[in-house]
Amino acid sequence: MSTFYFIAFLSIFFSLLVIFAKNPVHSVLYLILTFFTFTIHYVLLNAQFLAVVNFIVYMGAIMVLFLFVMMLLNLNKDAEPGKHYLVKLAGVIAGGCLLVTLVGTLKLTAKSDPVILQNANLGLVKNLGKVLFNEFLLPFEISSVLLLSAMVGAVLLAKKEQRATV
Amino acid sequence: MELLDIGIKFILIVVIFLISLVVAMYSTYAERKVAAFFQDRVGPNRAGPWGILQPLADGGKMFMKEEIIPTRASGLLFIVGPSLAIMTACIGSAVIPWGQSLQFGSRTVDLQVTDINVGILYIFGVVSLGVYGIMIGGWASNNKYSLLGAIRAASQNISYEVSMGLSIIALIMVSGSLSLKDIAAQQHGFWANGYFTWNFFKQPLGFIIFIVCAFAETNRSPFDLPECETELVGGYHTEYSSMKLGFYLFAEYINMFISSAVMATLYFGGYNYPFMDSVAASVGPNAAVILGVVLMFAKVFGFIFFFMWVRWTIPRFRYDQLMNLGWRTLIPLAIFNIVLTGLFMTFFK
Amino acid sequence: MEPLSNKRKVLDFKPLTLLERSYLPEIAKGLSITMKHFFKKPVTISYPEQKREFSENFRGQHSLKRDEEGKERCTACGLCALSCPAEAITMTAAERQPGEENLYREEKYAAVYEINMLRCIFCGLCEEACPKEAIYLDGDIVPTDFLRKDFIYGKDKLVEPPLNQ
Repeated sequence: MSTFYFIAFLSIFFSLLVIFAKNPVHSVLYLILTFFTFTIHYVLLNAQFLAVVNFIVYMGAIMVLFLFVMMLLNLNKDAEPGKHYLVKLAGVIAGGCLLVTLVGTLKLTAKSDPVILQNANLGLVKNLGKVLFNEFLLPFEISSVLLLSAMVGAVLLAKKEQRATV
Repeated sequence: MELLDIGIKFILIVVIFLISLVVAMYSTYAERKVAAFFQDRVGPNRAGPWGILQPLADGGKMFMKEEIIPTRASGLLFIVGPSLAIMTACIGSAVIPWGQSLQFGSRTVDLQVTDINVGILYIFGVVSLGVYGIMIGGWASNNKYSLLGAIRAASQNISYEVSMGLSIIALIMVSGSLSLKDIAAQQHGFWANGYFTWNFFKQPLGFIIFIVCAFAETNRSPFDLPECETELVGGYHTEYSSMKLGFYLFAEYINMFISSAVMATLYFGGYNYPFMDSVAASVGPNAAVILGVVLMFAKVFGFIFFFMWVRWTIPRFRYDQLMNLGWRTLIPLAIFNIVLTGLFMTFFK
Repeated sequence: MEPLSNKRKVLDFKPLTLLERSYLPEIAKGLSITMKHFFKKPVTISYPEQKREFSENFRGQHSLKRDEEGKERCTACGLCALSCPAEAITMTAAERQPGEENLYREEKYAAVYEINMLRCIFCGLCEEACPKEAIYLDGDIVPTDFLRKDFIYGKDKLVEPPLNQ
């Protein structure tokens, strides 16, 4: 349990650093570390497949793209435009709403029973695959169609721009 | 008993770590020697007999050289870059089965550091982390050539990871397991039930895709665009000097070693060899296991030689050709391979 | 336009066939070519141990010659220094003292004779200018060194060893 608290502390610590880092590239790097602590959480929960997928997809692919964009943007302090106070106000309201939601959910979880898995080895690849392709086949396929449509949309957007320039 | 197990694992880890370092060290020597032979030269032959001490001399030189950190570089990240590169290169060897288990009396010693049931995915994860070392180093150098080299490396790795993953999926469909230990054990011997057991004969197309991707992932020629001298000076390590540069160069060779080991395990039977059962019956199980380890290393060295052979044969790809090959050729080919494998498995089994 | 020569060739670029576009046959061909070279004998001459044969007219390090009785031929006339385009040669003349007849052939000899090997371009004009056939560039390649001053060769390095040794 102490491992959990240590890793949880690290997760929160690094996610705070993501917000407070001045340099956007540093904050992306802290985000990567945060995801790494999430991976450890998954391992602690005996969800090996999720851990590795989180490792590969989030740390290995998505964050590389983030870093990529951040490095190319070259965000300097002086290049950053001054924010209008209306934008700031909107930001404060949105953040407040998020806080209220989070506090609300936390309150609810305190009351509910802890989730007990019927099968402790559910996180292993074989069991997870069987569950996904038997019980949850329809949601799984629908979510893959969702991803496909997002991909087609992205390609369409990229293509459209190209045609306009030619 | 518990302590003894941990001790054995510890020794195994240290041995594998040392082996990968020594192999990487002597790969630099082998690279120079092989390059020389391909070009009708003799190669390094001054340090020791046949130049056998050349890697030590190179390492000594690397340590002695002046350490330069550019003033505008971001200090900590500049150091983190090469460290991360070499660390991610080293931890890949943890899941590779170097041999079957040895028997000492009642004790069984696995020649694999750990058998996690998502072994292949773990290797993928480590490989995808490897790009951070290059990217962080390139960005922290505060040099546009380094940054361009880092960006090239990153986009190249991401692109080829996709087709590498897809080529592996077909292999997993055949083997039905993600654990490297199971995959190696399934390729037992060489010939069984009227067909070859090695996965290469079941997945030739997958192997070709995988090896091309392995070349791209290790940034080896013909895909060594991140350090293209003509366009980018030194690429991502332009600003590096002394042992930090050494770490980057070393990481490349360790990566080569690990990817050779992965290829040998996945497609060429790993520690398996023809007639292994009759050999085990005649010389005893432990000797047969050790022979298997030796043959595993022979396969790995064969692949390392192939890496070098290709490097001194094929000219570098242009960047758009690289991207075309990755996205327009290898990915459709890998998907086609998956479909083919699926059809085959449905109709012939 | 009229072609200036009949060497012009019209190339037709055919689109590559599927096999050519896969690069694989060409890569295999290339690999086989490099493999052929792998087993060829290296052409390297490992220099300090083995030496390439010099040509007849090779010009290497200078040597100041002695005559058939072992006397130094140079009379410090200065023609070599004058002819030297790189101004690499300096010398100081001295008069032969009685009792030194077996050392120097003429009454005048070079007490100091220095060639700066960093300036020398090994053109051989000193050789041609010498009226006494005292200097020849018939030596080996000039060895390397670390300090500039060590490249100024005096008589100790330039004069031929005595005959009886």
